[in-house]
Amino acid sequence: MIVFDQVQKSYQVAGRAIPALHPTNMTIETGEVFGIVGHSGAGKSTLVRLINLLEPATGGRILIDDEDITRYSAAELRAFRRKVGMIFQHFNLLSSKTVADNVAFPMKLAGIYSKAEIRSRVEELLARVSLSEHANKYPSQLSGGQKQRVGIARALACRPTILLCDEATSALDPQTTQSVLKLLGDINKELGLTVVLITHEMDVVRRVCDRVAVMDAGRVVEMGPVSEVFLHPQHPTTRDFVFESENIDRNELQEDLQKAEGRILRLTFKGESTYKPLLGSVARESGVDFSILSGRIDHIKDTPYGQLTLSLVGGDLEVAMQALEAADVHVEVVR
Amino acid sequence: MEALMETLMGNVDWAEIGWASWDTLVMVGMSLLFSVLIGLPIGVLLFLFGKRQLLEQPVAYAILSFVVNVLRSVPFIILLIVMIPFTVLLIGTSLGVAGAIPPVVAGGAPFFARLVETSLREVDRGIIEATQAMGANVRQIIFGALLPEALPGIIAGITVTAITLVSYAAMSGVIGGGGLGDLAIRFGYQRFQTDVMVITVALLVIFVQLLQMAGDRLVLYFSRK
Repeated sequence: MIVFDQVQKSYQVAGRAIPALHPTNMTIETGEVFGIVGHSGAGKSTLVRLINLLEPATGGRILIDDEDITRYSAAELRAFRRKVGMIFQHFNLLSSKTVADNVAFPMKLAGIYSKAEIRSRVEELLARVSLSEHANKYPSQLSGGQKQRVGIARALACRPTILLCDEATSALDPQTTQSVLKLLGDINKELGLTVVLITHEMDVVRRVCDRVAVMDAGRVVEMGPVSEVFLHPQHPTTRDFVFESENIDRNELQEDLQKAEGRILRLTFKGESTYKPLLGSVARESGVDFSILSGRIDHIKDTPYGQLTLSLVGGDLEVAMQALEAADVHVEVVR
Repeated sequence: MEALMETLMGNVDWAEIGWASWDTLVMVGMSLLFSVLIGLPIGVLLFLFGKRQLLEQPVAYAILSFVVNVLRSVPFIILLIVMIPFTVLLIGTSLGVAGAIPPVVAGGAPFFARLVETSLREVDRGIIEATQAMGANVRQIIFGALLPEALPGIIAGITVTAITLVSYAAMSGVIGGGGLGDLAIRFGYQRFQTDVMVITVALLVIFVQLLQMAGDRLVLYFSRK
């Protein structure tokens, strides 16, 4: 469990303290995939580097499994860092070492593994990330997705309990992003390690994260289960991210809504209710006519969801809304 | 044919040229060795003490940087003369091949140190960060990541330094340093034997060409980017 207790970070610039992270409280549960989303400069990069103290905190306590890592000596901190894997946007592989030597590097640094142990662990990891046949190549001979898989294998070498992902998919194309995210999800499930992932793409959060924190200007402005935050965003920054990820042009949407007649409702289906043939029966029972203004059906991690914006005319609106809510559909009155 | 050679190169004593070439080789080789041995750690320290680097030490950096700059800003011909008492103290003489090595190193080591500092700065900061995140200490970061990553740059630096040392070693002929430079000054310049001058210059050009080619090959061999 990772606990932030009033953690803050500021930089000294020309004698003045510029805050990068305002005092923050946060708990990341063991074994979950926790997303941190924010625009560049929002402080998410600082936040993730506080977890292994690559950036020293200027205030507060950071508890990892009940131990305050801000009190660690230099040697204790180095030992702790071996239990925290990290992958990076630009992979940060050593260009002078082969794929196998890159994966072996953290184990060699630790100085507690025998040569045989290192060799068998490297083989095992390269097989896990499907790169066995590339063991003796140099990073420059690999594609971006392959490089990131080497990065993941390297991060896992010393069997960490926490994996930090710093914009791990931002330099990859959409297909490669998908395969890397799937790999991260699988590793999280297989090994039960805690994954902290920062990104500026809500889509990445939607695919793999259990919970998410949204950051803006050095503060966490919204935090909760991904389905909550994603389907019912509260803070303006969160709404921007959600709209962005759904490719919705807000002005266009407003215009469309203005043209529509009657009441406008936004319905959110989640889990089982997504697949029920609900709208037809509700329309028959309440006598309302509806037209669909916009809609989307997708998955949040493994849960299917649907979101529909409808305009309703005639009939008994109250009955319709009650019937929808009775079927576990979240109803929001837009107009 | 022989008559032609006699008129064109009448003053050239080939045995002398052979010995002088060997002396130059020894001077360049030995002073390159010491320049690297002394310059490499200084270059690494300059890098580590630098702004926003691993062991940021503004005062230590300023002192080290100042010493390096002083040695580099003194024209080599003057450094040769200034170094004479130190050289005598160090090895007992300021003459010959041995006497030339200390001043050449005094010129070469700071030059190489700056090249090392620059090539270390070229290493992606992300790699240092990743190595830190693995729990490496400073020594492990230097030997495990920084130096291997900067190796092609450092080899290129050694090549440039070696070529600079060829010209320094030749210049040491002025204070009686021996080698091709000494030959060029004593015979080519002072006795107006143009043929000797031409031969020594040609040999120096060939020597520099060979060094550059060997250096380029090594850089290519160690480059993985």
